[in-house]
Amino acid sequence: MGTKREATFAFWVFMAPILLGLLVFTFVPIGWGFLLSLSDARNSVDIGNFIGLDNYAFMLQSPQFQDSLITIIIFTIFIVPLTLFASLGLAMLVNGAGWGRGIFRTAFFIPTAISYVIASLIWRMGLFSGVPSGVMNVVLYEWFGIEAPISWITSSNPPWYWLVLVTVRLWLQVGLYMIIFIAGLQEIPRSLYEAAFVDGARSGWMTFRHITLPMLRNTLVAVLLLNFIAAFQAFDEFWNIMGGTAASAGNRSLARPPLVYLYQVALGDQDYGRGTAGAFILTAIIVGVTLLQGRFFGFGRST
Amino acid sequence: MATVPGVNPTLPASPARRLRIRWGEILRYVVLVALTILFLFPFYLIVRNALMTQPEITSFEWSWWPAMPQWSNLEVLFNDASAPMGSGLRNSAIIAIVNLVFQTLFASMAGYALARIPARGKTLVFFVILSTLMVPSAVTFVPSYVVVANLGLVNTIWGIVIPGLFSAFAVFLFRQFYLDFPVEIEEAGRLDGLGYFGIYGRLLLPNSMGILIALGVLSFINSWNAFLWPLVVGRSPSSWTVQVVLSTFLTAQTINLPMLFMGAAVGALPLVVIFLIMQRYIVEGVRLSGIKG
Repeated sequence: MGTKREATFAFWVFMAPILLGLLVFTFVPIGWGFLLSLSDARNSVDIGNFIGLDNYAFMLQSPQFQDSLITIIIFTIFIVPLTLFASLGLAMLVNGAGWGRGIFRTAFFIPTAISYVIASLIWRMGLFSGVPSGVMNVVLYEWFGIEAPISWITSSNPPWYWLVLVTVRLWLQVGLYMIIFIAGLQEIPRSLYEAAFVDGARSGWMTFRHITLPMLRNTLVAVLLLNFIAAFQAFDEFWNIMGGTAASAGNRSLARPPLVYLYQVALGDQDYGRGTAGAFILTAIIVGVTLLQGRFFGFGRST
Repeated sequence: MATVPGVNPTLPASPARRLRIRWGEILRYVVLVALTILFLFPFYLIVRNALMTQPEITSFEWSWWPAMPQWSNLEVLFNDASAPMGSGLRNSAIIAIVNLVFQTLFASMAGYALARIPARGKTLVFFVILSTLMVPSAVTFVPSYVVVANLGLVNTIWGIVIPGLFSAFAVFLFRQFYLDFPVEIEEAGRLDGLGYFGIYGRLLLPNSMGILIALGVLSFINSWNAFLWPLVVGRSPSSWTVQVVLSTFLTAQTINLPMLFMGAAVGALPLVVIFLIMQRYIVEGVRLSGIKG
């Protein structure tokens, strides 16, 4: 083995890029951002004009920020359980298929290659276009005889845009979580099922409830967490489906998640103090819920 | 004898049970095929609309395929001055490739050092890196923008790509991988007179191609498809990525539908091809990051 000095030198050389990068692009932004959030920093990124917690108070009292939090909570309540059920269901369907397993897996997984921007484009201009030639309106007309086309995105009552926003994310991410569940399913020893059959259990709900679900516990918790963290940071589909420069520009206020609002405060109004304060509030919520979830489900506890 | 092939007639199998299982399997495949059609439909829709004329797309009569595929939509797309598709594709390609190479390289270097090189303060360094995983990345875009602006990197593709090269999560995965790496290979290298750098470059890297490719492809896909950060940093058209270009098309005043869908087709095609070729590695990468995460 090499000398101690050689090892120390090599260690820091190997660590240098990542440590330098994380310092400049993670720790400095967090520190600088925190000081900015305590400053009156309109049209400037200079620290110094300290105003205490005013920015935080402003954001917490801002009706728009509160609305954005409600928006993202509604979205999370829809998308997280739906993704969980759909991806576990797909995983069990695909994993149990003898023939054509690879083909089906690819079909459900391939949306992962598509960006949120492109998917939003297909959903907004193709599937859920408000004109009669929009695919969903064609389906409603041809199959159900409904003649009046539905404005899926601009209608506020009923709020059809939730259907658009939730299905686009479901299509994009469900395959990814399906892959994680398939990996989890394949790690369950077959002997557990065989033992259950010997004891008289029948394939179906009983084995699912007493073997599959408990054995997938860690995977379920991991998927739940990843999914929640991602949903709370939704931006792309809200921006591209609800946004616009022309007559449709007003749609944005129908469903504006926190990140879109922060973008408008920080980069639109150039108010970096309030923008960073909002970012820290959101971070606190995400970290807080993550820790709570971890405690509640006993994250990492072995099954 | 009218026996069913493959069924032993001496064993009185319950016919009801056999039939029930059969129906279950048929149901499974009916559901799978229906869902496959549903999941692939958006891909079909991109191609259909990309090759149609505007009146064909907006026609009240649904048609499954253009009367005459309009390949000229491709020319219209690349000649549109208001949204530079050509430079967008180039920017995205550079960003994704730089990201793939350096994110993977930096993370594997750090992962190796943390797993295999004895040094003081190693545990502390590891926890400092792990602590950054707690911070949700997209939320920090405002403070990160402030730093990038101060470095003079706004409106450059370097401002888009450099902050994304340092992935604590990838470091964590590489560390796990190198912890399980056989010590014998490393010791053989020592006997041949290799130092830490030689062992990493000549032995570790070539023997960890699987994980390198798996995480590399994932980072390529993520950076090609990223939208928020490129939108924040690349404010002038010359630094737009393909996603920002498409978003500009989508939220513009007047919308040319065939061009829009042709743009989507062109932006998605490279990734669909890469996905189909590299699927095995992508599955492996997702499995690694999903389970360990």
